[in-house]
Amino acid sequence: MLRFENVGLRYGMGPEVVGDLNFSVAPQSFQFLTGPSGAGKTTLMRLMLLSLRPTRGTIRVFGQDASALTKDDLTTLRRRIGAVFQDFRLLDHLTTYENVALPLRAMGREELAYRAEVVELLRWVGLGDRMNASPPVLSGGEKQRAAIARALIVRPELLLADEPTGNVDPGLARRLLRLFVELHRLGTAVVIATHDLQLMDQFGFARRLVVGDGKLTIYDGLPS
Amino acid sequence: MNEPIVERILAVESEPTFETSAPLIPRDSVAGRALVVVIAIMTFLACLTAGAALLVADASQAWRSDVLRDATIQVKPRTGDDVESIVAKAVAIATQAHEVDSAHALSKAESEKLLEPWLGAGFDLSELPVPRLILVRLRGQGSQNLSTLRKALASAVPQADLDDHRVWASRLGALADAVVILAAALFALMIAAMGTAIGFATRGAMAGNREIIEVLHLVGASNAFIAREFQAHFRRLGLRGAMIGGLAAIAFFATASLLSFWWAHSPGGDEIAAMFGSFTLGSSGYIALAVVCAAVTLLTGLLSRTIVMRHLQALQ
Repeated sequence: MLRFENVGLRYGMGPEVVGDLNFSVAPQSFQFLTGPSGAGKTTLMRLMLLSLRPTRGTIRVFGQDASALTKDDLTTLRRRIGAVFQDFRLLDHLTTYENVALPLRAMGREELAYRAEVVELLRWVGLGDRMNASPPVLSGGEKQRAAIARALIVRPELLLADEPTGNVDPGLARRLLRLFVELHRLGTAVVIATHDLQLMDQFGFARRLVVGDGKLTIYDGLPS
Repeated sequence: MNEPIVERILAVESEPTFETSAPLIPRDSVAGRALVVVIAIMTFLACLTAGAALLVADASQAWRSDVLRDATIQVKPRTGDDVESIVAKAVAIATQAHEVDSAHALSKAESEKLLEPWLGAGFDLSELPVPRLILVRLRGQGSQNLSTLRKALASAVPQADLDDHRVWASRLGALADAVVILAAALFALMIAAMGTAIGFATRGAMAGNREIIEVLHLVGASNAFIAREFQAHFRRLGLRGAMIGGLAAIAFFATASLLSFWWAHSPGGDEIAAMFGSFTLGSSGYIALAVVCAAVTLLTGLLSRTIVMRHLQALQ
């Protein structure tokens, strides 16, 4: 599904931020990406999302070499990937409903066809009464849930979530994590960047990708 | 029994109501409002130029057909000539000509009165060989060849000189054409300036909405989808600006048409009327202004789409 071979990235003439990355994300797998702050978790997430180009190595996504993708290919691939960003990236002038529906709208689907689906998901993440609210009036936790809902609405084959539980209370964090686990059971490969060790311990079956000093170490999860 | 119905009613009442499919590019921004003002002013000026060109073109057509429908025979008497009989002979020849509808000689007093603006009233002209004029009204639109009449006059009344006003009409026509060409050039310059302003505004909007474009790309929006959104945004701004400018121009011409009735009886009113006619745009003129507004709206949308597509190609 996603394969990194000797991937490295440097900004300009600076040192490599991440280097010698060799790993793959298998279909229907579940993994945490962790490491200290500033270790390169977000950079690695952006490389997986193809919003950054590596300065060396090869990234293969859904069997295709990312460096050979055309613009149209990239658009098609991104529709198969759901992303939750650390800074949410919600559009402030749209309502919560419109933000969550955005990927479906971008695919050219009719509003009537997806309306019920979006409403149901918003209710599920506890934003049923905040559908008309715009992001500036949402709390951090509400924004996070809206961002998660936007990533899930397309039922992605690969879900990349950067600190998806960073702004919610432990109860809601567990609930959201259970949602990710449920998605994983339904066939989605999930990569969650976090440095919440307690949370990771609750999902011991998950593989751990640990970034430190720009290198990656992989620890397989316990058998579930 | 009634419970399911109550539940259904409650379900309907609890169905959320919300605004959907809002524009992805924020509607109200300072740059957007500034662009509306620029487009409104440019559209107003473009409509004024187009309207003025139409007025001059219409007036010129009227002048030419007026001038060409008439001809003038000037009789310059020689010493000892019986002026009245020569004039009568010229009138008779002109009246018999196939191309002529009617011919009417100005009396001696009327001819002398024509010189009053230059020589003053009360000047004794009895000793001067004042030429006599015969006004000839031609049949139809006055495009006939008057060579037969000219030959007939030259052989029978050598003192008579026929002027078919063609030289004067062609000069008037050249002047009017020059005014129309100038107006068309000004119109083209305004459209070019407007296009440049739209280009700057689009690039500004792209920079200002960089975050939106990035998010749209990340959620799987194609370049064509993003360009369509920008096109719709700028078409809306263009429509608003074009409507304001176009309606202002229509109000201007309607007011000018009303005022021209008052000017018609004021000093200088005749000259203005001669230049612009009655200053009234016909229905075709107003349709032309509406076409200008529609073209501005389309231009705004298409131009922004082209710029956005080019920018997105470079971005990726």
